[in-house]
Amino acid sequence: MTEEEKRKVVIPGEVIAKGDDYLPGEGTEKREKEIVAIKYGLIEEQDRLIKVIPLSGVYIPRRGNVVIGTVENITYYGWVMNIGASENAFIPVSEFPKYIDNEDLEEVISIGEVVVAKVLGITKRGIDLTMKSSGLGRVEEGIIIKINSNKVPRVIGKGGSMINLIKTETNTNITVGQNGIIWIKGSKIEEELLAKKAIVFVSEKSYIHGLTDKLKEWIEEQKKK
Amino acid sequence: MTTKEFKREDGRKLDETREIKAEVGIIPNADGSAMFAFGDTIAIAAVYGPRQMYPQHQKNPEKSVLRCNYSMLSFSVNDRIRPGPNRRSMEISKITEWALEPVLMIEQFPNMVIDVYIAILQANASTRCAGINAAAMALAHAGIPMKDLVSSVSIGKLDKHLVVDLNKKEEDYEEGEGATDMPFAFFSNEDKITLMQLDGNISTKQYKEAIELAKKACKKIYEVQKEALKKTIGEGD
Repeated sequence: MTEEEKRKVVIPGEVIAKGDDYLPGEGTEKREKEIVAIKYGLIEEQDRLIKVIPLSGVYIPRRGNVVIGTVENITYYGWVMNIGASENAFIPVSEFPKYIDNEDLEEVISIGEVVVAKVLGITKRGIDLTMKSSGLGRVEEGIIIKINSNKVPRVIGKGGSMINLIKTETNTNITVGQNGIIWIKGSKIEEELLAKKAIVFVSEKSYIHGLTDKLKEWIEEQKKK
Repeated sequence: MTTKEFKREDGRKLDETREIKAEVGIIPNADGSAMFAFGDTIAIAAVYGPRQMYPQHQKNPEKSVLRCNYSMLSFSVNDRIRPGPNRRSMEISKITEWALEPVLMIEQFPNMVIDVYIAILQANASTRCAGINAAAMALAHAGIPMKDLVSSVSIGKLDKHLVVDLNKKEEDYEEGEGATDMPFAFFSNEDKITLMQLDGNISTKQYKEAIELAKKACKKIYEVQKEALKKTIGEGD
């Protein structure tokens, strides 16, 4: 791999740029006339804005994130979900698209099942999720894989370019949770496994420029085998 | 005896550290992890969090709490040591917290805790410095916002001579004035000290010299830490 293909890695405290030509974005800080990284990750420049994209660390939920989690516990009022964040999340019965009697929660979704949900809000008491939206609901078949949540933007790509490529090439349906859990559903198990391999390929090589084209070549190669 | 005649028992120069090794991402289940070694002294660090704080009464509503746990494994020294916390390891855990906290920007995670577990696999003096270096790298690897990295080194005074990075034999040096052991930790890019300890006797003038010597050694250590972090990116999580 040549130097140009690699994106530049910075560590906390490292000076990224000097002078007033640049603006500090996420993961950076302005100290006098220098822009300094405060996180470990890759540099991304958008016009004058400099950002640091972290590639490791825990998932921090934000409002509106679509996440995939497993049911850990059932209470009278809803489901307690593990979404890989620092605390468990909660889906109240009222956030299920249909009316359910409080007694019948277990019949609808039982412990250990996987659910696609959206983060409704984060309060002092915890994370609230909802299932009232299209594309959300119980995962019935397919495979679930886990990657680091910080690599999700790379797997999706600019405007969904990367994930759409994988979807069309492998003929599968993929739902990416912002917490790094990915649900792949295809008609054949071979297609699902190829999609899984492709996602792992992207997440491992997330530091390379022009990864979409590389992925195309890689899939062609895999298909020939 | 003049400086020129003074020789260290392992043949190093006075301002030379032992061979430094560093690696990041060695513990797959941790959110961040790193290994740091000064010759035979090997430390590994694992970072978990920010995560929920238990017991809850230790929560801090203003910022996240840094909780360090330093432990020497029972096989790390020649005579087996009893595993588990003891007076010495509790002290070192606390000073590691104090050495690392100034660089962390943890106001964004109120009521949470960042756990740092440091294990000494093999000990030959300077374990706390190796532990701090490993922990600083592991914290960066865990994606925690930091103002800077921390680098740490121990300075010794053997008789009248200042030396960098003591080993066990030098720590037990008995000739002349005996041995003095001084661990230091610095911000890597700024001129700030986060750890300074002294075990023995030293004059004020020589102490100032020791600080300068430690700064120089820490620059070299920082380069190793930086390189280890940079080359690891992309290889797994």
